[in-house]
Amino acid sequence: MNVEQRPVAGDSRTEPPRAERQTRAQEFWQRFAHNRLAIVGLMIFIIFFCIALTGLYLTSGPNPVLDPALVRLQEKLRPPFAKPNLETLGPQEVPALGVYVFGTDDLGRDVFARMLQGASVSLFVGFVAVGISVLIGIFMGGIAGYFGETPIRVDHILVACFFLSGAALAATGLIFFGGGLLMLGLAYMVYPLLTNNAPGKRPVPKWLRIVRQKAISVDTLIMRIVDIMLCFPSFFLILTVVALLPASIYNIMIVIGLTSWMGTTRFVRAEFLSLREQDFVAAARALGVSNFRIIFRHMMPNAIAPVLVSATIGIATAILTEAGLSFLGFGVPPPHATWGNILSDGKRFIFDAPWLTFIPGFAILIVVLAFTLFGEGLRDVLNPKLRERH
Amino acid sequence: MLSFIGRSIVQKTVTLFFVSVVSFLIIHLAPGEPSQVDPLNPKFTPEMVERFQKAFHLDKPLYVQYVYFYRDLFAGRSVSWRDNQSVLAKIWERFLNSLPLFIVGTLITWTLSFPIGIRAAIFRGGLYDRSTTFVAYLLISIPGFFFAYLLIIVVVNSFHVPVIGMETFGLGEAPWPSLFMDRIWHLLLPSVLGATGGIAVLSRYVRAQMLEVEGQDYIRTARAKGLPPEQVHYKHALRNALLPFVTMFGLILPGLIGGSVIIESIFSWPGMGRMAYEAILARDYPVILTVNFVSAVLVLAGTFISDLLYLVVDPRIRL
Repeated sequence: MNVEQRPVAGDSRTEPPRAERQTRAQEFWQRFAHNRLAIVGLMIFIIFFCIALTGLYLTSGPNPVLDPALVRLQEKLRPPFAKPNLETLGPQEVPALGVYVFGTDDLGRDVFARMLQGASVSLFVGFVAVGISVLIGIFMGGIAGYFGETPIRVDHILVACFFLSGAALAATGLIFFGGGLLMLGLAYMVYPLLTNNAPGKRPVPKWLRIVRQKAISVDTLIMRIVDIMLCFPSFFLILTVVALLPASIYNIMIVIGLTSWMGTTRFVRAEFLSLREQDFVAAARALGVSNFRIIFRHMMPNAIAPVLVSATIGIATAILTEAGLSFLGFGVPPPHATWGNILSDGKRFIFDAPWLTFIPGFAILIVVLAFTLFGEGLRDVLNPKLRERH
Repeated sequence: MLSFIGRSIVQKTVTLFFVSVVSFLIIHLAPGEPSQVDPLNPKFTPEMVERFQKAFHLDKPLYVQYVYFYRDLFAGRSVSWRDNQSVLAKIWERFLNSLPLFIVGTLITWTLSFPIGIRAAIFRGGLYDRSTTFVAYLLISIPGFFFAYLLIIVVVNSFHVPVIGMETFGLGEAPWPSLFMDRIWHLLLPSVLGATGGIAVLSRYVRAQMLEVEGQDYIRTARAKGLPPEQVHYKHALRNALLPFVTMFGLILPGLIGGSVIIESIFSWPGMGRMAYEAILARDYPVILTVNFVSAVLVLAGTFISDLLYLVVDPRIRL
């Protein structure tokens, strides 16, 4: 509705609605506020976010306030709230707070500083991994749901095979042969444009009709890819790939993201299948809105609810996966401290220095629990089926 | 029915083929060569590397390696690169070790989650329901390795029993009851840990199913005609709520080989998960690929069985 129209509507005889104006967000918030566990989850999440940001600010840079990597061998395995021994420490080595809030580890590093750094790393890993998986999931699910029945012809598959094998061969060194295949695929794509041989304008020659047959629909293809991905045991696959690739925080995020998009794809596809048949999509199409705009402007906002829920729980899962990988020794490599790292290093001293195990363990537990509760609360609020029952 | 079976077998074979290709590519396109594991070892001369590469077909192009590998796998001849043992024999031996964990864990999961879920659904919104909901989220959120350490500390400190490994070493001459109890104690913690996630998820699912059925009209009818509540809950509601769980028997099949890597490493349990972990560390490609292949087969077989069971149990479904 235009802004100019509003005063006109107010002047006319039609009475404004009696009920209080309620935006979508207000309505949403009212329902969300009923779920006490979800509110607690949201609050912990916000606190954690602030802690991670301040932690990032305090522990990074050339001269951090709290240095997570500073080794003080004379101060190792000090319990929480221990006062530093000022006689043996240089002026640079005294912790900024004047006390080891969470104690020190076996190298005398300040656990509090390491936990602060680990918070931002965990958050970063979770968000980027889920971001990757949600992007892939929305893209694949959107295509499968919207263009579902569009068939892929045999020649499409052949061209794709030409390109893929050509690129693979060129990459392995057979540049001549691979380049030839690439040119062949390109020639097939360009040929109809040059001769203006658009399908339907002129009868297709008989030999071409064989390859023009419909082989498989887009929807089937994407869902089969999802089935293939679901056959892999996920943690084992992540572990294998992370162990084979060079250790780096980016590899872990990418691998977790690439192995967890299947759920999002299925949700988005299911939503799109029902949205596609609705009137507003037909109206948009009749107005000549482009497919791209229909998908992302008109349909995606209506399909985003289950994605949001699975993304929130996905962040929790990603943090747990990263902690598990760190625990097995394949996690984020040493310059970064993560909660999984601290726990995995501290488990050798579980009886002498239990804080090294318990502090990161409970930190992971609380944060993951907050994400889970928040996600489940969102699911309750956003799912109209569950809403009616209450 | 027969056409459904035929179709899904064909479909699943195609999926399996692509899984085998993808896992082969992932393993072999990762940087690093298995024959270059230890370049600093003076005994590892170039001639030896060449001999290794010849013996394991590593000098051939990838697609030839692929054919060789799966030919050997199906003929049962593939050997581990690490110790030259037959891969299938190795997996079978470790599988037998993981089996008790799997059985006890599954039993604990299924016997605990049903009563919890049903009770939470019947007394919906009450204290019991709310506390089990919270505990379920807690169990989902706790990192498995951290929970393992908590349990180890509690059990070892309060019962003074050894829990690491499959059995206490050097207990050969003890009478059989203490041997038996020893095995039980060693089995208990890892299987409880393996079951926690399952209990949390399954009990929530049971609760949701029960609530779904309790809202149906025929339940109201049963209550209205004056049946005692027990009969309404357990005879009318529960029977229909159980329907989806029959199919879940198929879906627990992949758990047979999944053997948790983390839990088995903490408890030094020589099972499947730990073997897979060691194989990854040693870049023992045949073992990694075989474990992956077998678990993919189990996933596909599991979904197939659950589809079939659904067909048998629910006469409304026609595929």
